[in-house]
Amino acid sequence: MEIKILGPGCANCHTMEKLAQTAVRELRIEARIEKIADLQEIMKYTMSTPGLVVNGKLKHSGKPLPSLEKVKEMIKTEG
Amino acid sequence: MLHEFSSLVTYNWLSLAPDSKLAAAVEFFIYDTIKIFLLLMIIIFAVSFIRSYFPPERTKKILSHKKEFIGNILAALLGIVTPFCSCSAVPLFIGFIEAGVPLGVTFSFLISSPMVNEVAVVLLWGLFGWKIAALYLGTGLFVALIGGFIIGRLKLEKWVQEYVYKIRIGEGQEIAKQVFKDRLQYAKWNTIDIVKKVWPYIIVAIGIGGFIHGYVPQDFLVKYAGPQNPFAVPIAVALGVPLYSNAAGVIPIVYALMEKGLSTGTVLAFMMAVTALSLPEMIILRKVLKVPLLAVFVGIMTVTITAVGYLFNAIL
Repeated sequence: MEIKILGPGCANCHTMEKLAQTAVRELRIEARIEKIADLQEIMKYTMSTPGLVVNGKLKHSGKPLPSLEKVKEMIKTEG
Repeated sequence: MLHEFSSLVTYNWLSLAPDSKLAAAVEFFIYDTIKIFLLLMIIIFAVSFIRSYFPPERTKKILSHKKEFIGNILAALLGIVTPFCSCSAVPLFIGFIEAGVPLGVTFSFLISSPMVNEVAVVLLWGLFGWKIAALYLGTGLFVALIGGFIIGRLKLEKWVQEYVYKIRIGEGQEIAKQVFKDRLQYAKWNTIDIVKKVWPYIIVAIGIGGFIHGYVPQDFLVKYAGPQNPFAVPIAVALGVPLYSNAAGVIPIVYALMEKGLSTGTVLAFMMAVTALSLPEMIILRKVLKVPLLAVFVGIMTVTITAVGYLFNAIL
């Protein structure tokens, strides 16, 4: 599974990354988490950061950040 | 009811002596804290609910190819309700330009969004009354409108970084369908999120208010930055520009300045400068704007905010 965290590097993007890591660990799945700071790449998906992309699909963007449960759900439905 | 509760806590539960300075301060603190948090939760919830109808994608569509002026007004208004995090300023800017939102209209949005928001308005309302809050809301929108309008008129498109015009936004930017329940859920989460972030600042602000009220001499700052000093406004704006804070963070300072007798115009100008213009934001915007445009932006904002400050000092 491929997970991308979209964000130019602010506090919220950082939290988003942590959330994804925790979710992946707790779900015990194999996933590659990649941080995307490149604007052109981010803009392919959304203009509200932070964003969460699972297997090429935009699952969340903007504030407020989703809860850990929500993130797990987003990852599971793509799994 | 709130008054009775505050007295109950102060005199019965804490058994403070009536008529003492401490008791008055504590009563004031309890009353204000409860009042402001209630206001804050109700208003943020309401605004968040409205907000769920205006994700950036929809705002972008509304503003795309809008005429100047009407576009500037709409952009300033949408700036209040569209969710915005300072770190999304750049992607948002690119998204707007790519969708054909005029440059000046985009700026109206970028100015209004951090400066005029529900947290700022509620805090001003709770601490200084609705008149000051309405004043801030009105002038904030006005500054965003004028600032964006002038930038649009100056035709500065050439000073936007070239790559911005080349980016093409991918598909899949559908606006997610939301039902009523989703919106309530979103509003609830957003309210919790914001209150969690701002509560320490508010407690500090109210605490400072009580403290200064009783203990610090009134004319300390007034001597230097009071209504008699014609340079008070520019000084306040100049101090505010390099400082960075969101609306909640600046409130304790604003409260302190106001309590010390600074003129309303001076304090509001300071608050606008802090929230609308900041060094970190300039550095972020530098990614999409060339230096001349950035300089024009800062210049126009500084002048407009200063003018607003003088105007209020003159009429209030």
